[in-house]
Amino acid sequence: MATAAKTPTKAKAAAKTAAKEAPSKSVKAKKPVMGTRTIQVDELSRVEGEGALFVRVKDGVIKECHFKIVEPPRFFEAFLKGRSYLEVPDITARICGICPMAYLMGAQQAMEDALGITITQPIRDLRRIMYCGEWIESHVLHAAMLHAPDFLGLDDALQLAATNKAVVEKALRLKKLGNDLLEVIGGGRAIHPINTRVGGFYKVPTKKALRGMMDELKWGIEASIDLAKLFGTFTFPDFEYDYHCVALHHPDHYAIVEGDVISNRGIHIPVREFHQVFQESHVSYSTALHGSSRGDNEPYLAGPNARYNLNYKQLTKLAKQTAKEIGLGEVVNNPFKSILVRMVETVYACEEALRLIKAYEEPDVAFVEGRPRASEGFGMTEAPRGVCYHSYKLDSEGRVLKAVISSPTAQNQPQIERDLYGVVERSLDLDDEALKQRCELTIRNYDPCISCSAHFLNLTMVRE
Amino acid sequence: MTEAAKKKVVKAAPKAAKAPVAAKLARAKPKVAVWKFASCDGCQLSLLACEDELLDVVGEIEIAYFLEATTAKIDGPYDISLVEGSITTEHDLHRLRKIRQESKMLITIGACATAGGIQALKNFAKVDDYIRAVYDHPEFIKTLPTSTPIKDHVPVDFELRGCPINKAELLEAISALLNKRTPNIAHTSQCIECKKKGTVCLMVAKGVPCLGPVTHAGCGNLCPSTNRGCFGCFGPSESANGPALAKQLEKLGMTKREIRDFFRSYNAHAAAFRKTSEMYDV
Repeated sequence: MATAAKTPTKAKAAAKTAAKEAPSKSVKAKKPVMGTRTIQVDELSRVEGEGALFVRVKDGVIKECHFKIVEPPRFFEAFLKGRSYLEVPDITARICGICPMAYLMGAQQAMEDALGITITQPIRDLRRIMYCGEWIESHVLHAAMLHAPDFLGLDDALQLAATNKAVVEKALRLKKLGNDLLEVIGGGRAIHPINTRVGGFYKVPTKKALRGMMDELKWGIEASIDLAKLFGTFTFPDFEYDYHCVALHHPDHYAIVEGDVISNRGIHIPVREFHQVFQESHVSYSTALHGSSRGDNEPYLAGPNARYNLNYKQLTKLAKQTAKEIGLGEVVNNPFKSILVRMVETVYACEEALRLIKAYEEPDVAFVEGRPRASEGFGMTEAPRGVCYHSYKLDSEGRVLKAVISSPTAQNQPQIERDLYGVVERSLDLDDEALKQRCELTIRNYDPCISCSAHFLNLTMVRE
Repeated sequence: MTEAAKKKVVKAAPKAAKAPVAAKLARAKPKVAVWKFASCDGCQLSLLACEDELLDVVGEIEIAYFLEATTAKIDGPYDISLVEGSITTEHDLHRLRKIRQESKMLITIGACATAGGIQALKNFAKVDDYIRAVYDHPEFIKTLPTSTPIKDHVPVDFELRGCPINKAELLEAISALLNKRTPNIAHTSQCIECKKKGTVCLMVAKGVPCLGPVTHAGCGNLCPSTNRGCFGCFGPSESANGPALAKQLEKLGMTKREIRDFFRSYNAHAAAFRKTSEMYDV
């Protein structure tokens, strides 16, 4: 069942039909180089986790193009079996140190769904503020510290700090703002926060503590607009793809923590039906499962660009205005511009957290209790890098019988390979080093979280 | 401690780095490498999460290898290697041995590297069952039957606990080792953190199950001060008496299975927790 292990011919055909090739400004197409060419990156840097890339080209034709996840498997779905529903969110948080919220809250939602718990509006709001914190912290880490150096030809943000310290300091302060939101509500730490639980929180944060974040959030709105404008001056490779975008959608606001699953190809389903429409399969070269849609076994896109394309209308006026000023339309199909979309979402997240904090009143009840029962529950949130799905079957004591978790990077892995295929095809006239860098940049567009998906990257390029 | 650690780092970073002397100092910068094995990346992220101190810290050291943050790589030997994650594959074991050979000082950061991590739960099960539970094609997966801490395979010079580590402790450890002194890291139990902070004992006053009496201090008293019993993410304290606490948990009405699972989480493979959980195997 090699649903996602795209055969080169299939990928090629799809890339040709789907990708709109824009005229290349800097490089003229040359005759294909005859012979074998291999591009291999065995340790991909500036990504979260361990991955590798292997590309083999024969007589100018791409024969193999794999984005491999080599992170050692950790078997979360297996050892969750038999654990109490109350323990699950804290355990799944350990799947990822960058986006623990996606695992805490996805699992909490699923358990609440299973037990029939309805959480209160203040708990909902506190979760959304925390998640805004995670978007800010994760987006700024990726955009400014990990992705921006690619566009500047630098090894890392520290080299950027040597020439433009103010920018790095601004990014660090903004990232800290995200972490501070997580700490204030999460019980004192941003990585694996301890204050969240099934049904709500152990202790509600005080109005005073949250109001203490307001000035910094006001600064954060301005700072994220500044960074967005700076990144807007970068040169982006010409590449567009007709993506099948998949994201959460909520009628009331730009979806983060809750909503239905929608796509730009007419899908609109509740979260519980997600795996009836999308699937994961296991390929030989990866410890992550590959996601695809069941109907056509084709890849789909999750993450900032998918969210932006589907829910643009629900962004704030200021976020839309920032997008316009940095040259983004209402639809972004250039994956390299995800860095800009992340900053637009950061503007939004700062504004949204500020709005919710202004309206915050301490609730009387920190959490809503539930009674265990034999049941099944589903949860999904928008991790910074895309939708993260959870489903659990529980026994009558609330112990896990079956756990299924789909991380955003596993879902995106086949689409990453499609993008790579298209990018390599258009860039064969680059020398190996430049092509390798272009490939790495293509992968970083996705802010891949490899620890999550293996439950990232080595590039191997073979030119024959 | 954050403040203290911050001061030390700042103190260790004299702004003398202007004149020709600076060039000499720059050459003398210790080479620090950050390595990852099976883990969630949260502990190495803690270094990037030191937003206020990061530029000062990297001003004092040479980042020789830190894949998550930089493409630049400098060959060993390294003065300090920070190691995150546990050993779960044969390949990683070979990699670890090579890293040890190239490192003057090796510090494990976090519960995975120090105690095997949450993935050490597989040490209590048959690994083939685990592979089959997650993957359609078990034949594609190469993994050791256990998840083990770094110290089980190579000598370790210093351990930082926690799931995740406390970034203030990380800064203290780096700054102490750079200044050739012993890191000032607490060796007591979480109970002492409650006493220091004036947190009312959750177990005595409210009957909330808490691993505080047997758990290593260092988190900053997070859970108890948030009305939550400690769940042991810093692993066993030096003189942990698991069975005695387990008796107390029985009195609070916890079932055998609940007690076993309470001790069997993020530091399940650490001896004191492992032995207690095995006493309650049902």
